[in-house]
Amino acid sequence: MAEEYVLGTYDVIVVGAGHAGCEAALACARMGEKTLMLATDLTSLAMMPCNPAIGGTGKGHLVREIDALGGQMGLNIDKTMIQSRMLNMSKGPAVHSLRAQADKNQYHIEMKKTVEQQENLYLKQAEVTELLVESQSSADPNAMPFVTGVRTATHAIYNAKAVILCTGTFLGGKVFIGDSVHESGPNGMAPATALAENLRALGLPMRRFKTGTPARALASSLDFSKMTEQKGDAHIVPFSFMNDKIEKEQISCYLTYTNERTHQIIRDNFHRSALFGGQIEGIGPRYCPSIEDKIKRFSDKPRHQLFVEPEGLDTEEMYLQGMSSSLPEDVQQAFYETIEGLENIEIVRPAYAIEYDCIDPTALDHTLHYKDIDGLFCAGQFNGSSGYEEAGAQGLMAGINCALSLQGKEPLVLARNEAYIGVLIDDLVLKGTNEPYRIMTSRAEYRILLRQDNADVRLTEKGYQAGLVTEERYRRYLAKRERVQAEVERLRTTELLPGQLDDFFAAHGMPPAKNKYTLAELIKRPGLDYREIAVLDPDRPALSDHEITQAEVEIKYEGYIDKQLRQIERFRKLEEKELPAEADYESIRGLRIEAAQKLTAMRPKTLGMASRISGVSPADIQVLLIWLEQRKRQA
Amino acid sequence: MSNGILYSNEDTIAAVSTAYGEGGIGIVRISGPDSLSVLRKLFRTGRFSVPDSGEENINATSPNTDATGIATDSSVNMSDACDIDACAEFESRHMYYGHIIDPDTGEMVDEVLAVYMKGPHTYTCEDVVEINGHGSVAALRKILALALSHGARMAEPGEFTRRAFLGGRLDLSQAEAVMDLIEAETDGSLSAAASQLSGRLSARIHELRKDLMDILVDMAVNMDYPDEDIEEIVYGKLSDSLKGLIERIRVLLATADTGRLLKDGLKVAIVGRPNVGKSSLLNALTGMERAIVTHVPGTTRDTITETIDLGGIPVRIMDTAGIRETSDEIERIGIERSRASVQEADLVFFVVDGSDVLTEEDREIATMLKEAGKKTLLLLNKQDLGGVLTEEDAAALLPGAMVKLTQLRTGAADEGRVSEVLEELVRGMVYSGSVKQNDAVMITGARHEALLTAALQSLTDAAARTAEGEPLDLIEIDVHEAYDALGEIIGEAVAGDVVDQVFARFCLGK
Repeated sequence: MAEEYVLGTYDVIVVGAGHAGCEAALACARMGEKTLMLATDLTSLAMMPCNPAIGGTGKGHLVREIDALGGQMGLNIDKTMIQSRMLNMSKGPAVHSLRAQADKNQYHIEMKKTVEQQENLYLKQAEVTELLVESQSSADPNAMPFVTGVRTATHAIYNAKAVILCTGTFLGGKVFIGDSVHESGPNGMAPATALAENLRALGLPMRRFKTGTPARALASSLDFSKMTEQKGDAHIVPFSFMNDKIEKEQISCYLTYTNERTHQIIRDNFHRSALFGGQIEGIGPRYCPSIEDKIKRFSDKPRHQLFVEPEGLDTEEMYLQGMSSSLPEDVQQAFYETIEGLENIEIVRPAYAIEYDCIDPTALDHTLHYKDIDGLFCAGQFNGSSGYEEAGAQGLMAGINCALSLQGKEPLVLARNEAYIGVLIDDLVLKGTNEPYRIMTSRAEYRILLRQDNADVRLTEKGYQAGLVTEERYRRYLAKRERVQAEVERLRTTELLPGQLDDFFAAHGMPPAKNKYTLAELIKRPGLDYREIAVLDPDRPALSDHEITQAEVEIKYEGYIDKQLRQIERFRKLEEKELPAEADYESIRGLRIEAAQKLTAMRPKTLGMASRISGVSPADIQVLLIWLEQRKRQA
Repeated sequence: MSNGILYSNEDTIAAVSTAYGEGGIGIVRISGPDSLSVLRKLFRTGRFSVPDSGEENINATSPNTDATGIATDSSVNMSDACDIDACAEFESRHMYYGHIIDPDTGEMVDEVLAVYMKGPHTYTCEDVVEINGHGSVAALRKILALALSHGARMAEPGEFTRRAFLGGRLDLSQAEAVMDLIEAETDGSLSAAASQLSGRLSARIHELRKDLMDILVDMAVNMDYPDEDIEEIVYGKLSDSLKGLIERIRVLLATADTGRLLKDGLKVAIVGRPNVGKSSLLNALTGMERAIVTHVPGTTRDTITETIDLGGIPVRIMDTAGIRETSDEIERIGIERSRASVQEADLVFFVVDGSDVLTEEDREIATMLKEAGKKTLLLLNKQDLGGVLTEEDAAALLPGAMVKLTQLRTGAADEGRVSEVLEELVRGMVYSGSVKQNDAVMITGARHEALLTAALQSLTDAAARTAEGEPLDLIEIDVHEAYDALGEIIGEAVAGDVVDQVFARFCLGK
C-alpha cells in the first residue's frame, strides 16, 4: 500500500459540495468551526444537475426556512434567478409557494464565491475514498466507534473531529441510457466508488435509489410559437427575508404536450428501456416518473405536459421538464420530434437515469447524526431524499448540529409543528422512505402554521440562539416583527362606525352594517382583505410586502391558526415524555411484538416519536405510558 | 399522524360512570382541568326549581310542559340563573342540588345533585365533577352529551383508571388490570353480538373514510401540484360531495336511537286513571305478582319497573299511579311521576275501562298523551264486564293510537294476546323504516356518537367554508379533522397515506 500522509487537521470535514454540502460547510464555518469541504470536482459545487429551478410547493417553504435560519440558498437564488412565480395564489396562504428559475451557471458561480470567501471554510478538490473510524480505547463494550477523519484517492489523510457525508448521486453512481450502463456521477462526472464500498464495509445500512433527468435541447432548434408561453410574475417576491424587492428582466418558460404518436413510439420501445429491462435495481421516485413510466401506468391519458425551461442566460440549452427517460438516444430523438414545437429538436445532452447508494435514514437520529458512529453526520440525497431544497435543508441542520455538538451545546431539532424542515427530518429518520423523498405540503399536519410568509417568525430566533443568524439579520427580523405586531394591534383596535361603512358595504354587495367593525373584523370577512379595505383605512403605515402579508394572514386566518394550535397542544405532553435509551421493549408486558421490534430498532427518544413509527399503535403508546410510570415508581 | 386525542392528559374527559339500567341514580363523571367550568355552564342551583307549593307539577324531563306554562316560568328564572353572578361558587366536596340546563335551548334536562372535588386528592388526581342524575338513561345521556359539547371529550375505556394510575393513585397490581383492559380493547374480546354490530359500523366508517380520503387526495394534488395537468377542484362539486357525506353521517347518527333500544331496552309506560287494570296488565305481562292489584283507586303510588325480554329486545315496563288531579300530597307526587314516565317512555300503554263511560280523567290523560306525541297503544279493558265503549269511541279519544280490546283482571285470560300485540308493536318500533335488523348499523356507544358528531361538525364547517369560497388549505383542515375523528372510531392510527394515494392516482412529474 502506498505511503499515506496527513494534509491537515480540521474540526469538521464535509464530503461533497452540492446543495447539502454547501449549507453544511457554511453553517459549520459560520458557527466558528474550522471546516474543510471536499469534492471530486469543484465544478460540481452547488451544481444543478436536474431542473433549473429552486422552490415550488413545499420546496419553496424549505428555502424560506433555510434563509430564516441563516442558510445560503435563498440569498443565492435571489441573486441568480431569471424568472419568479408565486404558485397557488388562489388556494390559500398555507400553500402559496415561491418558485424561481435559476441561471444554473450563475447559481454555481455565486455559491462558489460565497464558499471561497467564507472565513474558516477551506475548499479542496479531492475524492474521499475512506472514512476513518476508530474504536473507543476504553474497556466499555458499549462505547461507540468514532470518526477521526477521511482518506483521499491520493492517499492523503485529513483529520477531523466530525465528518458530514453529503455524497448526493455520486456515491456508487451508475448511469443508464437505453441498454448502455456505465459507472458515473451526475452530468458525466466521476462517481465515488471506493467510498461506497468503504461505507458498506463499515456496516452502514446502504440502499440503492434511482432518479432521472430529461434531455437538454438547443433553444434555436425549437419553435416556441407553437407552445404556450409562461411568463414570470409582474411583481417578484424575493426568497430571502434579507431582500425587500428584486427588479430584473425575466425570461419565459414554454409549455407543450406529448401526443398519441409520441406515446406509440415509446410503447414500441419499452423493451429497450433500462427501466423495464431489469437493469435498474434502484427504486425511483413516484412523483417524478420517467415518460415511459407515465405512459405505462396512466395509459388512458391522451397527453402529458412538457415544460421547456431555460438553463441560463449564457446558454442555448433548454431543459425539457416532465420528459425524463432511460430510453436509448435514437428513441429519444424520435419521440421528442413528434412533439409540437420540437419537430427539429437538436438534443445536446440525452436524458438518463442514475442509480446511486444512499443510507437507510432510520439509522440516523433527529440531528442527522448516524446512531452507531460518533461524529458522523449525514445529509441530502445520501439520506434518501430528492431535490436541491430538501438537500440544502438537511445540510444546514446537519451543519448546525455538528457545530453545536462540537461546542458541547444542546442540539437544534425542529418539531413537525415548527418547520417543514422538521417534517422532512422527522419523516426520514422515523418513518424512513422507500423512494427518493420529496417534501410536499400534504406531509405537514400543521400546514396553516408553517407558511412560507412566517418562516422568519418561526425560526430566526432559533437560528440566532444557535449562533448562525447574524446580528444584522436578527436586528432586521426584530424590527420587522415589531412593525407587524404593531400593525396587527392597530387593525384589531381601530373601529369604524356603521355610517362610515355604508358606501363600502353597498359597493361590495353586502347588507348595510348594523354594528361597528374593527379593521381586523373587516379583513376577516370572506371576499375582503388588507388591500381591499384600503379606502377605509387612509392612515395605514407604510409597510413592506412581507410585513403586510404577515399581518394580514395573522388576522384573516386567526380561527384556523388557533384550531391548529389547539391540536398541537393535545400532542405536547406526549412529545415531552422521554423514553429511556436502555429500554428493553421485548420485556414490556402488553406491547405487541411488532411494536416491540420497531421500538427496539428505532430507539425513539420520546413517546411522541414512538407514536409516529409505523407499526406502533395507540394502544402500544398507552402501554408505554403505564410502563414508564411503573418504572418511575420502582426506581 | 397518529391520533392525539387518546394520549393527552391535558384535556377534560367525561363518561357515565354507573352502569346504565336499573340503578336508582346514575352518575356522569367529569375529570380534568375544565371540569368545574363544564359544570358551571350546565348547572343551575336549586333556586331554579318551580315553587314547591301550588298546583303545578315539577317535571324535570318534560319538554312537553313547554306548552303548559311551566317552561315559561323556567325560562324567566333561568335567565337569572344564567347570569354569572347568580351561579353558586362551588365549594369543593359540597353537594349541590339543582338542575342541568341545556344552555343553547334553555331546556331543563334533569334534576340533579352535583359535587365538585378539587384535585389532586381525587380518584384521578385531577379536578373531578360528579353529577348525580335521577337515573333515567335518556337524561344521563343528555347530560353527558351536554358535557361533551361544553368542554369535555368522551373518556376512552379505562381512561379514568389510567389517569388515576398516572396520577399516582393506584398501585402496580391495579395498573396490571388497566393493561388487561387495554389488551381486551385491542384484542376485540367483545361479545359476539357487540362485535357483529361494531363490524358493520366499522364497515360503514371505512366507506366514509374512503370517500373523505378521495377528497383529501384531490385537495392534496391540487395544492401540491399546481402546474400539473390535473383537474382543478370545482367548489360546486366539492360542496356536493361534502353534503353527501354529511347526510350519510346524519343517517348513521340517527341509528343511535335504535342502538340504544337494543342496549338499554325499550321503555314502556302504563298509564290510566285509577282502577282500570293497569297493574293487572303489568302482572299479565310479567307473570309476577309484584304490583299490588287492588280496586282501591290510588294505591299504586310508586312507579314499578319490570324488565321483560321480548324477542331479544329488553323491554322495561313502568306502571304508574293513576293520573288524576288530587289534593292528596302523596298521590300528587305519584301523578307527577306518571307524567315523567310518559316523557321518558318510548311507548305508552293507555288503559281505559271499556265497561264504563269515559270520564274527565280519561280525557285529561288523553290530552297529555297527545301533547307528548308518544306512540300509544290504547287498551279498552274489562270487556268481560260488558262493552260500553266502542273502538270508534277510543279512536275519537286518542286519534292515531292503536286500539285493542282486552279483559284484564286479576289472573285474567288474555295475557297471550296482549303480549302478542306488545311484541308486534315493539318489533315494529325497533326495526321499522329503513332500519332492518339484518344489515342494521347501530351506534351503541356514546363514544362513537361523540366522534361521529365531531366528524359531522367538521364537515359542516368545511361545507360552510366552501360556500363562502374560502381557500382550499383551510377547508382541508376541517375535512382532515373529520377523517381523523372517524379513524378514531375504528381505532385506526391516522395515516399519512394521502401522499401515497396522490402518487397512486395521479400522473405527476416535475
